Amino acid sequence: MNLKANRSTIGFIGVSLLIIVFVQVLISVGVLSAFWATLISIGAVMGIVSLGLNLIYGFNGQFSLGQWGFYAIGAYTAADVTYRWSQEHSASGLVIVSLVVLLVGGSFLLIRYMLSRIRGLDPLSAFSLYLIGVVIAGFLAVKIGQFIINPVTAMFNILPASLAMQIIFFLAVLLAGALAAEVSFIFGMPVLTLGSDYFGIATLGFTIIVKVLLDNSDVLLGFEEMKGARGMVGIPKLTSWLWVSLFLLAVVIVTRNLLHSSNGRAMISVREDEIAAKAMGIDLAQQKTLTFVLGSFFAGLAGALYAHINGFLHPNTFNFIKSFDPMIIIVFGGLGSVTGTVMAAFAWALVLEGVLRLVLPTGFETWRFVVYPVLLLIMMLLRPKGLFGAFEFPFLRQVLPPLRKSQGSAATTPKPTIAEGD
Amino acid sequence: MSKRIFTLIALLAIAASMMTGCQQKQTEIKIAILAPLSGAVPTFGESTRDGALLAIDEWNAKGGVLGLKIVPVVEDSQCSADPAVNAANKVIDVDKVHYIIGEVCSSASIPMSLIANEKHVVQISPTSTNAQVTLNADGSVKPYTFRACFIDPFQGTVGAKFALGNLGAKKAFILFDQGNDYVRGLAEAFEAAFTAGGGEIVGKETYVKEDTDFSAILAKVSEANPDMVYLPDYYNIINLVTAQAKEKGITAPFMGGDGWDSTDLDRAAADGGYFTNHYSEQDTRPIVQDWLQNYGEKYKKADGTAKVPDALATLAYDATNLMLAAIEKAGVDDPEKVKDALAGLTWEGVSGRITFDQNHNPIKAAVILQVKDGEIKYVATVAP
Amino acid sequence: MEKSTTAPPVSFFQRIIRGRWIGKFMLAAISILVTVGIAFKASQSPALFFQQLINGLQLGFVYALIALGYTMVYGIVRLINFAHGDVFMVGAFVSYFAIANFQLHAWPSAVIPEINPVISLVIGTISVIFLAMATCGFLAVTIERVAYKPLRDAPRISALITAIGVSFFLEYFGALPFVFTSNFITYKRPFEVTTWYIQNGIHHLEAGVEAPTGSVLFSNILIIIIIISLLLLASLQFIVRRTKVGKAMRAVSYDKPTARLMGINVDGIISVTFAIGAALAGAAGVLYATAYPQVVFWMGITPGLKAFVAAVLGGIGSIPGALVGSLIMGQAEVLSAGYISTPMRDAIAFTILILVLLVRPTGIFGEPEREKA
Repeated sequence: MNLKANRSTIGFIGVSLLIIVFVQVLISVGVLSAFWATLISIGAVMGIVSLGLNLIYGFNGQFSLGQWGFYAIGAYTAADVTYRWSQEHSASGLVIVSLVVLLVGGSFLLIRYMLSRIRGLDPLSAFSLYLIGVVIAGFLAVKIGQFIINPVTAMFNILPASLAMQIIFFLAVLLAGALAAEVSFIFGMPVLTLGSDYFGIATLGFTIIVKVLLDNSDVLLGFEEMKGARGMVGIPKLTSWLWVSLFLLAVVIVTRNLLHSSNGRAMISVREDEIAAKAMGIDLAQQKTLTFVLGSFFAGLAGALYAHINGFLHPNTFNFIKSFDPMIIIVFGGLGSVTGTVMAAFAWALVLEGVLRLVLPTGFETWRFVVYPVLLLIMMLLRPKGLFGAFEFPFLRQVLPPLRKSQGSAATTPKPTIAEGD
Repeated sequence: MSKRIFTLIALLAIAASMMTGCQQKQTEIKIAILAPLSGAVPTFGESTRDGALLAIDEWNAKGGVLGLKIVPVVEDSQCSADPAVNAANKVIDVDKVHYIIGEVCSSASIPMSLIANEKHVVQISPTSTNAQVTLNADGSVKPYTFRACFIDPFQGTVGAKFALGNLGAKKAFILFDQGNDYVRGLAEAFEAAFTAGGGEIVGKETYVKEDTDFSAILAKVSEANPDMVYLPDYYNIINLVTAQAKEKGITAPFMGGDGWDSTDLDRAAADGGYFTNHYSEQDTRPIVQDWLQNYGEKYKKADGTAKVPDALATLAYDATNLMLAAIEKAGVDDPEKVKDALAGLTWEGVSGRITFDQNHNPIKAAVILQVKDGEIKYVATVAP
Repeated sequence: MEKSTTAPPVSFFQRIIRGRWIGKFMLAAISILVTVGIAFKASQSPALFFQQLINGLQLGFVYALIALGYTMVYGIVRLINFAHGDVFMVGAFVSYFAIANFQLHAWPSAVIPEINPVISLVIGTISVIFLAMATCGFLAVTIERVAYKPLRDAPRISALITAIGVSFFLEYFGALPFVFTSNFITYKRPFEVTTWYIQNGIHHLEAGVEAPTGSVLFSNILIIIIIISLLLLASLQFIVRRTKVGKAMRAVSYDKPTARLMGINVDGIISVTFAIGAALAGAAGVLYATAYPQVVFWMGITPGLKAFVAAVLGGIGSIPGALVGSLIMGQAEVLSAGYISTPMRDAIAFTILILVLLVRPTGIFGEPEREKA
């Protein structure tokens, strides 16, 4: 990183930290009540999910509606880990999930290495082989896990209770992200070969399948504590403003650095023109998979943080209709805008659940969802390219100028990107 | 740019909390009614709100509680966790409410109860049947949360006993919504009690609440040829299923729970069906008749005829009365005292004489009603 | 399979890779397993199996009418019109009010009392359907003009978000007490249901009588749905293939700028497409509410989604594809509910969709992506 960048880096991180601390102080002294504190936490969580989706759709051009499914996976994974620790005083969740994540990840690397010597293997065949790997790795993880649950539990018991809880929470969030990423890897492999809208529909299907599985998590999946459609109770409320905001900051920085790397440029070039990108020697499948996995990792993190805000999870939260929320946010924020996404996420949470509740007079509570779509329509008609357009903070600004010039005109030749104007 | 927006948001928040922060001499007492006024079941929310508002009106007409005017604060909680949390936080932090009536759905009442207990706000859920509403994950009771309805097992058990004893059913078929904990809870309790009583469950099928085509599962019911079908869902599903069952030539009687209690129940389709409920309209107790009459006077349908309260309105009415009676018994506007008063309260409500057990569930009798020739007929009373 | 990846004979191994056999083997294994499972269970009770097929047929034809609207709009403006399901809901509500409040289904006998009641009912029912179709067509054109047309040159995602907004608006505005209602309404059918059962011939089933075991039931609703759907499909096919408007539609769908150069009123044709698609949804709304007699403001979401999936399955943009996809969806839904697992029914429908897309990336009848450069 050169010196010029350094100034904006320090400035950005400094200001962000200041804002985080300032908000924390406001919450601590009670100026921001729990009502607003919850809303901004939700806003930050939505910011993380939406940043992930913006990577997939805004920067890579893959029209994904599956973000909400990965969010759900993250939420339930992390909740299960912390539930087992706080309610059953056992690190079994942590141990099994981390072993599954490690072994499945390892098997992916191994299979990938083995398959790298084979040319022309079609994605569906590769998918089948990976699937076999996952089954074996998962089985091994559960078997091995049985032996080390007790020592690990004992290890965490040495620590002070609250510290152990926080550590487990932190690990649970990361593991939830990693698990969501691994699921997205295996699901994305065959599905990413589909054309843009078909990919969108397949991922929408994924969200619905995940929701149905969660509805029956106690009967079909065998996780008694998730209680299926009754909703999971007993999740400790651990997500504080500090946790979410720091995770959000980390996600913003990772996104920014990725976009500044050669991988990021490759990613954007795939969005702009797949044929040209291919001609430049970019491995399309690899770039798409990488972005999809990273975006889903963010979704998993966000889900994990969300689970610990309310202390309660219900499959209805992961309904497919809500899966449009992140899509709405990134379109408002401006596709391919990091600043816009984060701002739009906060604005969305604060306006829809906060301001509209306060503004609408008594007797008009039902009008909230009449006003919301009207706002949506007006905004879309007035600012179809997002609230903030192409604005970015200096730190987040891309090295390359935004390339997508053909977005608005109908007369350009059709391209296989979703954003074509015809 | 961002700083400006952040400051703006912060200022907005400060202003909002300032506006409501100022305290004056107490002349009124606020009761929050949190109901799903939008979302998938707004009609349940409206019934709940109407029932609760009627109770508040009646108390105000009598001079309020403790000489204070009762002010209802209605908020939409959408039968879903996030809006419920926001609605609860809003009424507690912004409106400074100490007493909450709500929510209808367990999936909203549970996260709401967590907040209510953190902030020491008394909550009575009129209709949430999930045991976890009043219990923590470790089985301890949430001190500030109560409910006004039966919990899942009770109605299911009553229904099974009635099916075995009075109907003489040997083979039962169960249909339930896999995504609805109320329906699922009743179905599971019915299954347990029915098999324990010597009956046989010849089939179990699930659907989801968005379903309208039940032909596939009704074909299986027809195939199994049961003596009765247990379908403990709300009236909207009952209307669809029973109408289609009639067309499929299924003559076995249907049976369900208090979700059936609504004027919108299609009585022609559900003819011959039985359901467990909190009270019967034919009950001659004055409180029941007053309730029916006052509700009809206050709320009219679009065509000007009087509305008849459903189970949700009735329970919301009882829940609000319980809350206000407890405040009066406590003699002071203090949630700590009110929750203790509530735990020891005995109240003659529309749905019977209510006392709370140690898990904050009401102890009251159930009645069994039958849909017959376009009317709802009283069949039997079953004490707990 | 694992062994084959390390096996020395290169030619055999290469053949497996080139032929994509591993993936094909997996798909084949899944489909064989499912087919055998269903066949085994079906053989235990053939009557139940045929009953399920008939149930699926009824569902499939209703989906087809909705799916056509999706497929036409997508074919012409490449927009996933999420508000389509809610237009369907409006159609159902309009017909409900027409029947319950204005007795529109009985107008011929009200005007000419001595008319044959059957003919009166047929004409009345057709008028109800036409009213719903006209209202929905008008509504869709309004939506198109207000919400989609200004965004024609904006990124496609903007129009998609607008479509979601319109969908929310129709639902929640419809839920307001003075518009439709938030309550569940029992639909008043324009005609009575008559049921027949097949067992050594076709017999009429009296009301309140149990159908004999081992018989297959069907009702007049099924027949009416199939007849009306086929009529509408045929007329749609006629419009698209044989009329000038249809020709213009195809031209616009193929290449908008060129169509404009050829003197076609592109905006007008797009409006017509929206109107026709919505009119079909309106008819579907009436038929759906007649078959499953309940109307509520969110009733369009699920059938809309499933019809959309059906359209994609058949190859979005293709009219025969929409019909075939819908019939497959209908059967998949009842068969998975009947034989695999009811809770997993929706998941199974989507799994089928994903699997079909993996084999045929643009659906069964879909044209391959037009160009790649």
